[in-house]
Amino acid sequence: MKQLFALVSGLIFGLGLIVSGMANPAKVLNFLDLFGSWDPSLAFVMGGAILVTAPGFAWLTRMRDRPFFDSEFRIPKKSDLEPKLIAGATIFGIGWGLGGFCPGPALTALPIAATGVLVFVPFMLIGMWAARRVPANPFAPKGATQ
Amino acid sequence: METTFTPWLSLGGGMMIGASAVLLMATNGRIAGISGLTSRIFARNSDGDARGVSALFVLGLLLAAPLWLLIAGDWPQQWVPSNPVLMAVAGLLVGFGAVFGSGCTSGHGVCGISRGSARSIVATLVFMAAALATVLVTRHLI
Repeated sequence: MKQLFALVSGLIFGLGLIVSGMANPAKVLNFLDLFGSWDPSLAFVMGGAILVTAPGFAWLTRMRDRPFFDSEFRIPKKSDLEPKLIAGATIFGIGWGLGGFCPGPALTALPIAATGVLVFVPFMLIGMWAARRVPANPFAPKGATQ
Repeated sequence: METTFTPWLSLGGGMMIGASAVLLMATNGRIAGISGLTSRIFARNSDGDARGVSALFVLGLLLAAPLWLLIAGDWPQQWVPSNPVLMAVAGLLVGFGAVFGSGCTSGHGVCGISRGSARSIVATLVFMAAALATVLVTRHLI
């Protein structure tokens, strides 16, 4: 049952990205272009998502001690602002600004098969694979995955 | 390329993304962070359960556009940068940075901020600033 819900969640997520216009890198790049053809849509997407997720998560964790089809809520517990977090976010942001894709929209737009996305996704997967394999990095000796 | 500001569609689509995140947490107890779920499919330390659930979520993402095509009769409108070198570099940076920094737009930007996580708020501010600076450079300074 939980597998079915994982599939349905992914489908709703992808449809949400399409409806919101975020599967279109042009809208993302225009959001990031404050001094050019600015399109504020992305702020409304994040706002709409947080408007549902924040009360949803709060209600879930208050009303239940575990999910409906699993044993525990896997909520990240780390709270330290390590250099690794900042470095990763910076690298991610530069790539996002270059291509206009972050992982969700890239995977959603993959079947449309534009040349750009067909190049982007394999390299994104290589990047993810590499980040998972960074050996004892200089910042955090353990717990490098999440 | 010019795009039209779509406040209502973007708000509605954003709420669908939120509904998906709540549904995944309610049924599977997992954060709907795309970089985490995707990289967990091939991470060495994933158990079979995490791998299967993550793969099915990603499969759902991949099926969204074909379902849209089936219902709407056309692919969603889009314009994608076509320079292959640029997209290869962008892909590498996005994939590496998202996993190294423990999350992307969905994991930090939506789920993390919704939990009031300081780490996610900082990460979101940092990647937004980096992306804004990148576009400033590529569109206005070079």
